[in-house]
Amino acid sequence: MRFAHKDLLGLEDLTRGEITAVLDTSEPFKEISERRIKKVPVLRGKTIVNLFYEPSTRTRVSFEFAEKRLSADTVNISTTMSSIAKGETLVDTARNLEAMRIDMVVIRHGASGAPRFLAERIPSNVINAGDGSHEHPTQGLLDLLTIRDFLGRIEGVRVVLVGDILHSRVARSNIWGLLKLGAEVGVCGPPSLIPPEIEGLGVRVYRHVEDAIAEADVLNVLRIQLERQKANLFPSLREYNRIFGISNARLSRAPRDILILHPGPMNRGVEIDSDVADGEHAVILDQVTNGVAVRMAVLYLLAGFDVTRAREAKEGLEFEPEAARGSAKGSGTPRPSRQPGPAGGAAEARAGERGRDTAAKGGDRGEVGSGAELEEART
Amino acid sequence: MSGRRDAARAAPPQRAASRGELLLKGGRIVDPRAGIDARLDLRLEDGCVAEVGERLAAREHARVIDCSGKVVVPGLIDAHVHLREPGREDEETIESGSLAALAGGFTSVLAMPNTDPVTDSQAAVGFIRAQAARAGHAHVYPIAAATRGSLGSEMSEIGDLVAAGAVAITDDGRPIADAGVMRRILEYSRIFDVPVVQHCEDLALTDGGVMHEGRISTRLGLKGIPAASEEVVVARDLILAELTGAHYHVAHLSTARSAELVAEAKRRGVRVTAEVTPHHLVLTEEAADGYDTQAKMNPPLRSGRDVEALREALAAGTLDIVATDHAPHHYDEKEREFDFAPFGILGLETAFGLLHTELVLAGRIGLADLIERMSPAPARIFHLAGGGLEVGQVADVTVLDLEREWTVEPEAFLSKSRNTPFGGRQLVGRAWMTIVDGQVAWRLDRDPAVADEPRHAASAAGRRSATARQGKVRSPASAHAREGAAR
Repeated sequence: MRFAHKDLLGLEDLTRGEITAVLDTSEPFKEISERRIKKVPVLRGKTIVNLFYEPSTRTRVSFEFAEKRLSADTVNISTTMSSIAKGETLVDTARNLEAMRIDMVVIRHGASGAPRFLAERIPSNVINAGDGSHEHPTQGLLDLLTIRDFLGRIEGVRVVLVGDILHSRVARSNIWGLLKLGAEVGVCGPPSLIPPEIEGLGVRVYRHVEDAIAEADVLNVLRIQLERQKANLFPSLREYNRIFGISNARLSRAPRDILILHPGPMNRGVEIDSDVADGEHAVILDQVTNGVAVRMAVLYLLAGFDVTRAREAKEGLEFEPEAARGSAKGSGTPRPSRQPGPAGGAAEARAGERGRDTAAKGGDRGEVGSGAELEEART
Repeated sequence: MSGRRDAARAAPPQRAASRGELLLKGGRIVDPRAGIDARLDLRLEDGCVAEVGERLAAREHARVIDCSGKVVVPGLIDAHVHLREPGREDEETIESGSLAALAGGFTSVLAMPNTDPVTDSQAAVGFIRAQAARAGHAHVYPIAAATRGSLGSEMSEIGDLVAAGAVAITDDGRPIADAGVMRRILEYSRIFDVPVVQHCEDLALTDGGVMHEGRISTRLGLKGIPAASEEVVVARDLILAELTGAHYHVAHLSTARSAELVAEAKRRGVRVTAEVTPHHLVLTEEAADGYDTQAKMNPPLRSGRDVEALREALAAGTLDIVATDHAPHHYDEKEREFDFAPFGILGLETAFGLLHTELVLAGRIGLADLIERMSPAPARIFHLAGGGLEVGQVADVTVLDLEREWTVEPEAFLSKSRNTPFGGRQLVGRAWMTIVDGQVAWRLDRDPAVADEPRHAASAAGRRSATARQGKVRSPASAHAREGAAR
């Protein structure tokens, strides 16, 4: 079974089964980052461009680690909004890169829809690393993975996003991902930072953060930017903290333990107090760790590899997507192009079993199917 | 499709003074001002309507056009186009825009002043008229800037501009934001009785928005333009129009509430008229889904509820006219991120087909009412020649083929630009022949029924007599310029 998309532009475009597939594919990749030699040859020979039109440290570094740990060749291009305004258009930049024969583009852009614009114009895989106020799908995926890691499930979990929902691409990716996986989603923040008709997406709006805390299993605390204060969307960071800040005093009134997520970078003492950020319920650094694994999974799937073969990739086997496609079409048995290493025997046996399962089900080639099917493929 | 373009370009219209007779036989004449909807013949002579009647006999040398199966209407008038000249001749010129007008069945267009430089001087008004006369396609009436440089602070020399041929004043593209300035302009405009056309937008409420604020903007993460951005200015201006007694005209009205406000003001007797674009009658905010920059315009495409209300308001006459807000943009400029693409789409060559297909055939408005909103009503509001087929009236006539099924092909447009969200759309009905000053200025087919002879232009004398008969009615720019040239 293979990912049916050329690009990852947003979680709105993915099915429940596809999102689950990415999360499942992330699991075996987590371990690679724990090794002494953090590298597998899965994307050897692939060229990936990290095209960042907005400043970013965490996301760019996370993508770069993911790419390098999969042995891809990477190039980073950073530019500022002012230089695009003066110079080359996005489409020209992309076509020039394309002319150098690249395989994937990871793009961060201040304009919503820019990754989609690019994806419609170049044959390379395009991964959205955050576009304007639209989506940040890999952040959404790593948030989902972290919630699943700590709570064991996503279905039925009540998650409230707190803060600037209006300008937040993290919020939108969270909303789509969580809803598709059966969570209950709420948003909470100053009404001037809640987008119109947000309820239409299927989320509940909390006016008071106390109400959100009373009902939530998870709070995803979003960053508040000083520039929003300057735009008169709320009067001061101080008052924001007083009304919406997440503190231990507020959390202590919760009827249950609440998992605390934050996409970073944190403004301590504004949207989140240090006692919470450094407290026992915060999983903020686990999110960062998961970010690398999720991004490795996304790169792996978009490169055309089979969802069910991530564990083999982890064992250090080398794959060629085209060969893998051929095998899926044929016997259904994956054929590593090289003999497995010491640990490879067991993995190959497992892979063989999975291959037979798939073949018995009639050989699902190409598209990711239902969640149930994925569950079966995973076990 | 290239054949059509060739047809239009192969026979460049000659506007040299000469006389001729054109007899349109066997068509269904729909003349809303005269209340005519019947199968009649139409004789055009010396640039004027000479006779309307049954079985008119062709005289010697008359050119006879078989219009059976076609509908003959007074030439369509588009009161809101951007011709981009001077300043952005890569996007459109007065020549290309007035030719595109003909292809859409428009015999007259009103050119907005947001060019570079802005049309805020007699010289600028004169330039537009001279270029229009040189092109010799549709009549082009300049609308002049209400404030110097359209900067919204100092009133422009409205008297001079009107004397030079401006038919209305506006700062279109941007609003006249200052209520005090707006009040003075409305008051002062009463000397000349020209409409003050307002682009209704509160820029503080728009605040950098790029599409309608609502469900889709929330999903796409695009900054929204609330309906209130338009409505608060409409409401304010209606109060000022009532205060001053001036003629106030709402450009490209786009929301249900704006239409309600206009309807209510009309009931109170305020001198207000309003226009709506074909795209606001046909498309909703959904068209911007997928970040399609061809669906980016200002005012933005609104909700389905708004579209429904606009259709009703057009049928009811609350919205007086349809105007296209034809806004050419270069291909590269629309090939951008949604945030960075310019606002605006083409309108001239798709307007009638869209409205006929989506409104008339859908039973939302009668054909005669649609024609009324596209010819007599704009002629009345802006005091223009044309708008009817009365004897002595200027011979601006559009012949429509209501049965013609066609597909919108932007590559075949006569406009210099291609920015339309309607590419590939199947439409029914389009202009078949466009007659300006009694001469065939454009036609769809190389029909053997139409002799392939060079066009003759109406004589200056004919135009003058038509004008004289109509008192203060303004004659088209091209006619004036021709007179000048003849002298």
